Amino acid sequence: MDEHESDTGLITIDVTRRTVIETGTTALLLTTLPRAALAAGPIDDNEPPAPPVAIELQINGYPYLLTLDPRTTLLDALREHLALTGSKKGCDHGQCGACTVLIEGRRINSCLTLAVMHDGQSITTIEGLALGDNLHPLQEAFIEHDGFQCGYCTSGQICSAIGMLAESRLGMPSYVTDDLTQPAAKLTDVEIRERMSGNICRCAAYPNIVAAIKQAAGMPT
Amino acid sequence: MKSFTYQRADSATLAAAATLKPGAKIIAGGTNLLDLMKLQIETPSSLIDINRLPLDKIEDTPDGGLRIGALVRNSDLAADPRVRQRYGVLSRALLAGASAQLRNKATTGGNLLQRTRCYYFYDITKPCNKRSPGSGCAALAGFNRIHAILGTSEHCIATHPSDMAVAMRALDARVETVDREGGTKVIPIAEFHRLPGNAPEIETSLESGEIITAVTLPPPPPGVQVYRKVRDRASYAFALVSVAAIVDCTRGRIRSVRLAFGGLAHKPWRSARAEQRLTDAPANTATFNAAAKAVLEGARGFGGNDFKIALTRRTLHSVLAETTRT
Repeated sequence: MDEHESDTGLITIDVTRRTVIETGTTALLLTTLPRAALAAGPIDDNEPPAPPVAIELQINGYPYLLTLDPRTTLLDALREHLALTGSKKGCDHGQCGACTVLIEGRRINSCLTLAVMHDGQSITTIEGLALGDNLHPLQEAFIEHDGFQCGYCTSGQICSAIGMLAESRLGMPSYVTDDLTQPAAKLTDVEIRERMSGNICRCAAYPNIVAAIKQAAGMPT
Repeated sequence: MKSFTYQRADSATLAAAATLKPGAKIIAGGTNLLDLMKLQIETPSSLIDINRLPLDKIEDTPDGGLRIGALVRNSDLAADPRVRQRYGVLSRALLAGASAQLRNKATTGGNLLQRTRCYYFYDITKPCNKRSPGSGCAALAGFNRIHAILGTSEHCIATHPSDMAVAMRALDARVETVDREGGTKVIPIAEFHRLPGNAPEIETSLESGEIITAVTLPPPPPGVQVYRKVRDRASYAFALVSVAAIVDCTRGRIRSVRLAFGGLAHKPWRSARAEQRLTDAPANTATFNAAAKAVLEGARGFGGNDFKIALTRRTLHSVLAETTRT
């Protein structure tokens, strides 16, 4: 086994294995990949990789110790090293929002940040939203309102919507907020659409996504 | 992505010193740098992570302005009550840029240093004097719809993509830096970004061994503040033309005005002559025409972007009409 619990209770994963872990249960895929294959992006420099960096991430409430090539994006750390494949790789350039996760409660594009930059921070992914069989209200609402067709953007949409509703509760304005001097803008359809513009849905389920978000926010749909 | 060594900076001075090493790059939000690294347009051999430095505060200055730490995230700056109350043009410009996810990560210093979105700069199979000095400019005779019409050179017609910097230019912001010996410098934003000239690869006056620590805003000038952005989509798109305007107008007469333009040049553009034409002038179509003519003096299209000349004139008219309405 390449995974072991240290005496501090942390989960440690060896970087040279592709390791599959799901919350609660553990399954290991014993395919050995060359180290370079674990880094994000094309590898054609024929140079030895830089020294790996050891970090600890708090993901969905669980601590994980990882030793990573510094090139590894947070998205690749989640998907390729921890088998948390709910966060999707769409464009890999911060343009589509499919990789959206929450870091310390704030939504970001996990494809455009390095995992090593987040040592010690707390990360929430789509896998961390449900409590057992009880779905998060946004997950429920997306199902109820058919907020997707193919579903590829959905985990990013839902994580983004959680971050967006938190921003709205904090009174953060958006580009379409009429009066920036008012402490908090009312969350209208126009506001929701503007605030969610970083999440693209190629199936164009937008009207249903807006309806799902409104329901989860306790607004009339 | 090429491999690099990674280290966290312990202080701004040490981070500044670390940039002297060939191939070293500072990483803050990383939203532009990592994008470019994936495409091997940027290929640093070492990254210095400054995210844990205490440069994330927005403080009042004794003269009634604001000092914005280099690591203040774009979303936090846009939402700050002091910015919303006194520097609405800056808040609106920030909110006009990128997406909420990117604004949560992108920093004040990084936004100033972001690089052009010229298609040919991004395409490593094409010549680009900015990416590969001396190789030529594919945009001159290529698809140049998004390119510059002012301050261009035969070597580069790229634009600066920032919205934030356009508002800061109108506000006469100052960029504070620190060097490896702890020496500080204040650079007026007008002198921070450069025109392409014959060295488009040099985009700012920031020197090696120097990093941005803060941006200071003088007290807000009197008047109405507006940021108008014209783009291909209603949200999440770069500006074709944008105008940051601060206009003080009473009873149909313009007392003072500041205008900065995005999407037109290699740096946020300001026209002293246009502002002179408007100052102490009646707010009417003739005045607005004279101002637009002054802004567009020397403007040149390259085929695909010819429309920007008329678009700039019309956007300026619209903004001036809005800000002088009584």
